[in-house]
Amino acid sequence: MDGMSLLTVTVLAVFVGFEVVSKVSSTLHTPLMSGANAIHGIILVGAIIVAGQAADPWVLAVALLAVVLATANLVGGFVVTDRMLHMFRARKDVVRQEATGKEEAK
Amino acid sequence: MTLLDPVWTSLLYLAAAVFFILALRGLSSPRTARRGNLIGAFGALLAVVTVFLSARLDNIPWIIGAIAVGTAVAAPVARRVQMTQMPQLVALFNGVGGGAAALVALLELSHTADPWVRLAIVFTLLVGAVSFAGSGVTFAKLQELMTTRPIVFPGLPVVMAAVLLAAVGTAVAVVLTGSLALAVLLMVLGLAAGALLVLPVGGADVPIVISLLNAFTGLAVAASGVVLGNVLLVVAGTLVGASGTILTRAMAAAMGRSVAGILFGAFKGGSTAGSTAVSERPVRSSSAEDVAVLLGYAQRVIIVPGYGLAVAQGQHTAAELALALEARGIEVDFAIHPVAGRMPGHMNVLLAEANVPYESLKEMGEINSEFRMADVALVVGANDVVNPAAKTSSGSPIYGMPILEVADARQVIFLKRSMRPGFAGIENELLYEPQTSLLFGDAKDSLAKVLGAVKAL
Repeated sequence: MDGMSLLTVTVLAVFVGFEVVSKVSSTLHTPLMSGANAIHGIILVGAIIVAGQAADPWVLAVALLAVVLATANLVGGFVVTDRMLHMFRARKDVVRQEATGKEEAK
Repeated sequence: MTLLDPVWTSLLYLAAAVFFILALRGLSSPRTARRGNLIGAFGALLAVVTVFLSARLDNIPWIIGAIAVGTAVAAPVARRVQMTQMPQLVALFNGVGGGAAALVALLELSHTADPWVRLAIVFTLLVGAVSFAGSGVTFAKLQELMTTRPIVFPGLPVVMAAVLLAAVGTAVAVVLTGSLALAVLLMVLGLAAGALLVLPVGGADVPIVISLLNAFTGLAVAASGVVLGNVLLVVAGTLVGASGTILTRAMAAAMGRSVAGILFGAFKGGSTAGSTAVSERPVRSSSAEDVAVLLGYAQRVIIVPGYGLAVAQGQHTAAELALALEARGIEVDFAIHPVAGRMPGHMNVLLAEANVPYESLKEMGEINSEFRMADVALVVGANDVVNPAAKTSSGSPIYGMPILEVADARQVIFLKRSMRPGFAGIENELLYEPQTSLLFGDAKDSLAKVLGAVKAL
């Protein structure tokens, strides 16, 4: 893609990013950060391309290290965010969960 | 194997980018957040499958092996980590992402002679390395592998300036010559700059630094997208960069300070003048039973959690206490300061883990006017975020930071480990006020004793 189109996409993405995130309540700051953290793990795509083009063993080794790191970022980020969000419950959900818990206890 | 044609590849990457945007939008409300995150994960999976189908790749078994290793390391850690250790884990994942971006840029250097692409490469190298080292130091601080106090030494600004100048010089040389050796040197300088950037930052400012480094990694990934000519990386990286910037600014605003002020040291360590002079004054120390009586016969109680609650793992006991009080017909809320804890929204995650419904977690702006109506404000392991010095003493390092107005409540109870001042090292005048009583001890133990006493009322 030529430079001008890339620049266009970048500038638009900045505005989308600001627009999408600016209204998040502080309740969700941690999951938001963790979720955004997972998204930049998509550098994995770049690492795979570089590793796939590597001919020299040293280049391959470094590229594979990048693949491992990027995967850790991507997978770990999404898993940890999901775990965190799983815990955020509304009042009615908490009550329901306690009710089912009591029934199970009986 | 037949490859996907470029139009389809672009469309699939576009779809993945849209999924990422939907993921971030979903994260703006607790109701849609979990689904949003899954949409993001699906987008990532789609993108990874697409790259395998669209480019002629060698070494595929190796690559799949490396992905398996990364997953095998990260997934169990992410699944098992305790919620109190979440900040360091986020810092760690952020750092490895930055490191990966820097390595990708390094390897692409030999594939290009275009100065603009080389410029994107040096940017990715430098910012990725800064993020990697900075996150590493942040991790070490949070994991308490090293001191959480700011580390400053004479001449630090000079060293930092020298490293940055050397980095800029090396970057220019790399753009002009494309030398791999110089690129490695640039990466080393980036690592040094990242470490130097974070070392002087004290515990209370760590949330802002994590958020800032997150934005850095996003920008590094966006730049690597320019290097590889991959639109998805550009969009995803830019989204993260923008959201990280907003979050960082929101946090800094919540502390009443500028991001630059935090990085370049308003909190340059130690306690402020006069703090030892006032610490001899008497405080009203109280027993768990007294606290239970105050709480049990109140009508409105506001609990203010802080990092002490996280350290003591007391979130479940705090939630139980809130339930016990609510069973007595008392209105209980949690007042959450934006920078309480070591990560933006840290307290929300902890209390959510303890099954506290998110409607009970009130933001500062929402709850501050309600302290006036509260009978008791129960401060658990928090200090700086309720310190009136932020409003009254202009010489204080936290001056200007908006605080939770617990002093407006009829009674204020502090659960504290000791009289030691908080991370900012500033004496809290509120501890000596007549309406304040203190219960010393580990936050969890104290809460458990108070809970027992409330139940016995």
